[in-house]
Amino acid sequence: MPDFSLWDIVRNLLLACRWTVGLSALAFAGGASVGLLLLLLRLAFPKALDWPIAGFVQLFQGIPLLVQFFLAYYGLGLVGIQTSPWVAASLGLTLYASAFLCDIWRGCVRAVARGQWEASASLGLRWHEQLLFVILPQALRIALPPTVGFLVQLIKGTALASVIGFMELTRVGKTLANATLSPFLVFGFVALFYFALCYPVSRAARALERKMHARH
Amino acid sequence: MPIELDFGAVLADWPLLLRGVAWTVALTLGALLAGSALGIVCAWVRARNLGARQAPFWLQHGVAAYVELVRNTPFIVQLFFIFFGLPAAGVRLSAEAASLLAMVLNLGAYATEIIRAGLESAHPGQAEAALCLGLSTRQTFVRVLLPPALQRVWPSLVGQVVIVMLGSSVCGQISTPELSYAADLIQSRNFRSFEAFIVVGLAYLLLSLLLRQGLNRLATLWLGPGRHA
Repeated sequence: MPDFSLWDIVRNLLLACRWTVGLSALAFAGGASVGLLLLLLRLAFPKALDWPIAGFVQLFQGIPLLVQFFLAYYGLGLVGIQTSPWVAASLGLTLYASAFLCDIWRGCVRAVARGQWEASASLGLRWHEQLLFVILPQALRIALPPTVGFLVQLIKGTALASVIGFMELTRVGKTLANATLSPFLVFGFVALFYFALCYPVSRAARALERKMHARH
Repeated sequence: MPIELDFGAVLADWPLLLRGVAWTVALTLGALLAGSALGIVCAWVRARNLGARQAPFWLQHGVAAYVELVRNTPFIVQLFFIFFGLPAAGVRLSAEAASLLAMVLNLGAYATEIIRAGLESAHPGQAEAALCLGLSTRQTFVRVLLPPALQRVWPSLVGQVVIVMLGSSVCGQISTPELSYAADLIQSRNFRSFEAFIVVGLAYLLLSLLLRQGLNRLATLWLGPGRHA
């Protein structure tokens, strides 16, 4: 059996962080695009699409992310798509993030005073102009702190991709723990690396929130 | 290629599913009780406006470190650390005990922050008034400060308990026989993986709705009608 020095463990875990960060970034980009699309659809067609999208959001908030990963993994296989952990993990996380972000951002749009819609309508702006030039710029400011806060949840969520075989920080940690027979050390380091990734983001979210409250 | 779904094969294993539901519910209730108790104690240490003497410096910082550490690491890593890591330090736990401990510690950290926010939103004069009337520090906290704080943050607390319940699906990874472990077991017998996880996913959805309902009703009974439901 090869000997692992402390540096070997740390180096391998550091390299594994790339995949955690990469998957988080991909999931955030995908989730933000799909979430924004869902939000716009929900705002544009409040009668027809409100409850289907609300149901979608409820569904993905009420089913464990782990089960969503399994569903994405086996579901893609069922329709005949050759699944790789990459595809299944990004699909699962994208749907998960889109549900949460759609919900968060909807709250932010609703937090913009109703009078803003009415005022811009009475100024002759069309619906899409009202949304684009009046409502969204204000909602964006409100949305920033909770969105950054959700990013922490998303980074932690990528750890579950280890279960469907995605080689990120947790998975590499588990492999290393088995190979080195020192799980205490390895999982301690894994936790520290996650902390190093998430803590600055948490702090940023809190600082943004404080700034928001100071302004109001 | 037509897709054939066979839910009958999954539902035929209903005793396994039922055992999974029982374990998930039991773990969640255990975490709910112990985790909220832990959260209340830690929130008492952390809150600033209780009008009482502050907890010792080292305790405040210890609690702050615990809360930040738990909130910024994934649950699955916490679970692996407790189940695989702690035996190396001489603490050997069964899968079920490790799952419960991880869930209690996880919920405790989030509950601390939630309850603290509720405590700190009260006017400092409340604690001062209670102390002036001759209530002890403990009476002031338990009878005057805590109930309205819990009432204010109840929705967030319920949301967090639901998140912990959903998170318990990870405990199957260390062979705790909860709901998602049941799905894994069933699909390894009959290869109906997609159907198994659909059934279990819907079961989680139902459980989270029931849990939310139950806890909201409990709050009305216990804390009186208020803003929580």
